[in-house]
Amino acid sequence: MLEAGFFYLFAAMVIVGGMGVVLARNTMHSVMFLIFCFFNAAGLFFLLDAEFLGIILILIYVGAVMVLFMFVIMMLEVNQAKLKEGFLQYLPIGGMIALILLIEFIAASGSGVFHTDAIAAVGHFGKDVNNTVEIGKVLYTQYLLGFEIAAIILLVALVGSIVLTLRTRKDAKYQNISKQVNVRKEDRLRKVRM
Amino acid sequence: MGETITTLNTLELLAIPALPLIAALAAGLFGWALKDTLTHWITCVAVVAAAALSIDVFLQVLDGASFYGNFWTWMISDKFIVPVGMMIDPLTAIMMVTVTVVSACVHIYTIGYMHGDPGYSRFFSYISAFTFSMLVLVMGNNFFTLFFGWEAVGLFSYLLIGFWFKRESANSAALKAFIVNRVGDLGFAVGILAVWYYFGTIDYREVFAAVSSMVAEGHVLHFLGGEMDAITFICLALFVGAMGKSGQVPLHVWLPDSMEGPTPISALIHAATMVTAGVFMVARLSPMFEFSETALAAVIIVGATTAFMCATIGLVQNDIKRVIAYSTCSQLGYMFVACGVSAYSVGIFHLMTHAYFKSLLFLAAGSVIHAVLAQQDIRKMGQLRKYMPITYITMFIAALALSGVPPFAGFWSKDLIIEATMVRDMGWVSEVAYYALLSGVFMTAFYTFRMFFLTFHNSDRVPAETKAHLHESPKVITVPLMILAIGALGSGAWGYYSLNISNPEVIDGFFANSLFVMDAHNPLMRLEELEHAGEIGFFGEYMPLILAFMGIGLAWLMYFKESTMPATLAATFPALHKFLLNKWYWDELYEKIFIRPAQCLGMILWQKGDLAMIDKGMIHGGIIDSVQAGAARLRRMQTGMVYHYAYGMVIGVFGLLTWLLLKA
Amino acid sequence: MIGLSDYLIVAACLFSLGVIGLFLNRKNVITILMCIELILLAVNINFVAFSHYLQDINGQIFVFFVLTVAASEVAVGLAILVAFYRTRRSIDVEDINTLQG
Repeated sequence: MLEAGFFYLFAAMVIVGGMGVVLARNTMHSVMFLIFCFFNAAGLFFLLDAEFLGIILILIYVGAVMVLFMFVIMMLEVNQAKLKEGFLQYLPIGGMIALILLIEFIAASGSGVFHTDAIAAVGHFGKDVNNTVEIGKVLYTQYLLGFEIAAIILLVALVGSIVLTLRTRKDAKYQNISKQVNVRKEDRLRKVRM
Repeated sequence: MGETITTLNTLELLAIPALPLIAALAAGLFGWALKDTLTHWITCVAVVAAAALSIDVFLQVLDGASFYGNFWTWMISDKFIVPVGMMIDPLTAIMMVTVTVVSACVHIYTIGYMHGDPGYSRFFSYISAFTFSMLVLVMGNNFFTLFFGWEAVGLFSYLLIGFWFKRESANSAALKAFIVNRVGDLGFAVGILAVWYYFGTIDYREVFAAVSSMVAEGHVLHFLGGEMDAITFICLALFVGAMGKSGQVPLHVWLPDSMEGPTPISALIHAATMVTAGVFMVARLSPMFEFSETALAAVIIVGATTAFMCATIGLVQNDIKRVIAYSTCSQLGYMFVACGVSAYSVGIFHLMTHAYFKSLLFLAAGSVIHAVLAQQDIRKMGQLRKYMPITYITMFIAALALSGVPPFAGFWSKDLIIEATMVRDMGWVSEVAYYALLSGVFMTAFYTFRMFFLTFHNSDRVPAETKAHLHESPKVITVPLMILAIGALGSGAWGYYSLNISNPEVIDGFFANSLFVMDAHNPLMRLEELEHAGEIGFFGEYMPLILAFMGIGLAWLMYFKESTMPATLAATFPALHKFLLNKWYWDELYEKIFIRPAQCLGMILWQKGDLAMIDKGMIHGGIIDSVQAGAARLRRMQTGMVYHYAYGMVIGVFGLLTWLLLKA
Repeated sequence: MIGLSDYLIVAACLFSLGVIGLFLNRKNVITILMCIELILLAVNINFVAFSHYLQDINGQIFVFFVLTVAASEVAVGLAILVAFYRTRRSIDVEDINTLQG
């Protein structure tokens, strides 16, 4: 019963957080709601015995990605009010599509598409397995190539972001090493007969 | 696939074709960075090393070593499995030595001959790659590696004939060679597919093992309303390929034109190696040809016709390289006749001796051409022996070898071919072939020495401005000449006495497992019997020699000193002279039968079909208009607004989900 | 007991919220990025739920990869945004129309 209680709590909070993200007037508030949402999603992960991913979600998402969002919002001075202009203009069509999607999803999860009824509920808590070890065993063997590729993707993203945002300032002073090394005596020294 | 049988070092065998290939890649891809000197060092060292390894392999094969095995599978298409493998036996070994030694000499010679040419490294890349292809051709253990090598040597022949691509004549000669070879290669490809169809495999050993049972089953092919033995069909189709590659009538027209290429490749490709691929193929497939009398007769007829016809054309040509080229056609005819009368070992023997003396002849001619500033007309030479003694002597050796004068190389092999043809009893076919070859001997001696005397003796007709430039060629040119001269001197006697080619047992001995001759066919066996019984007779024994001396003598009479005899002779038989000078009008015939109609057809298709029907009628009528109208509508979807694309994705998800639900 | 379908419904709600967000916040690229995060989170919840109920660890590996790619996407997306802001002084999606052919 305790577990069901936690599930309903986290689920409700996740959805509230999601609504907050969409509806908040201030972008900064959206970010806060998203952080809230991630915390509760992490709670759901814990309920599903996925401790490792739950912690990752908090550490990486809340700790790094969301901070990045906040940082960018604070860096760009944008007119918050102007961004909300015409907010409701697409509500009918967007709402309709989303609603139909929701109905279809729920129908799919309840119906035989995924055979959800055939899958027996399994026990939670108290299992004597370490989720992190389990993931590690698979990730570094079967998915080693994928893991390496993920690392490369991260590296590329890192380099890409730097390249995109880097700009040379005119007022900054740089050394031109090769020019310094290649300099010859004739370039600098002038003999003057006195 | 067969299991590997090896008493040879696999690595050594792989290195032989690999070295020229690597050198070719290095010269071709990095020639710009390597500069000329490094390029020729790399390729020459690689090919010389390949030659050394080949000689090593040959010596091991002499001691009875052999190799058979597959290295990897090239492709699998259901039951059509193509392995890449090698089969090293005496036939292969003798070819490998011939190819690599001649190629090494030509490589070294090229350093001097092509010096300063803008395409220097390209040329080295091509000839090394050619050497690789030729080695694949001879070393392969199945029909498909043979085909690969066959096409690859054709490609490099094309590239090298058209090497000086700024000359229009070189380009059209290259195209001619390529297109004529297409005709032959079509037959060759059909032959290989027929082999696969009837035998279910393309592996030499498996096919050869199955030939006799396949013949016994008596497969018959219905073709154009007639009937034909399957084995005859296969052999004839394969022989069409050999005719194209080896310049046999009526597909010989490309070979004289191929002289547009630089002289080293004339020596390497169009005298010593590639053009002999057809002879090699027939000898290699002797277990199949032996079972088809018809195919053997066809080989003899084509070979004898070519031997005779090209010799007559050679009598009157004035271009030094063309004389030798027609002589090559003619000599290839001799080799085919040898194969046709089942004296395969003799055919291969002549192939080997011919490779040495003919490439020597070409390289010496190249040395002459180099000296007289790219002049190729022998009417504008004369008395050159004073200026270039080494070229003179080596060319003299080659000319004697080609004419069949003992003890030079050509004598031993050509004499055996003629005797084998004489004793082989195939009715009128062998009869006619015998006389064609005999007259060929006379003409060969005559035209060779006509060319030789006109170049080195006779009167001095060199233009004054060229004369200042006359000198003996540098060492890089003369040393290969001397090496090949040793081959032209000694390879015949060596083969005759050391390999014992004339011995009928040699098929069971040295060429064991690589050549197959039915006892009833074996002309060497019959020759030995007749010799024992003393039935050969004086004429049978010495006729070729007498004819060769007569030919040389006539040439001496007419051309050693300046004389009016040639002109008088030409004036006496104007029609014949013109007929020969125009090469029996083969080119004109092809022009009328094939080229003109093809041009007309192309013109009709272009003007009426392409321009009138497709461009005007269909394109402007329907396709262009509707595409333009449709595109005008479609491009409105491409708004450039990012969120429109995002909505597109969302709607896509929506559609997929709906489809999934409806399906369930 | 809480079944698989309960988790799927939560994820479905979150996904739909993300989609609505895409439609409503047409002007603000940052919010659009956050809505994409919501959608990815919904997907992740599905993965973890299936992984748990099918007792198959592979589902969690996929979440791991989704997180990696999402983090890269945010980093590059925000970098593009900053670069865009420098040239246009705006983050309005409607100004991002130079793709128009």
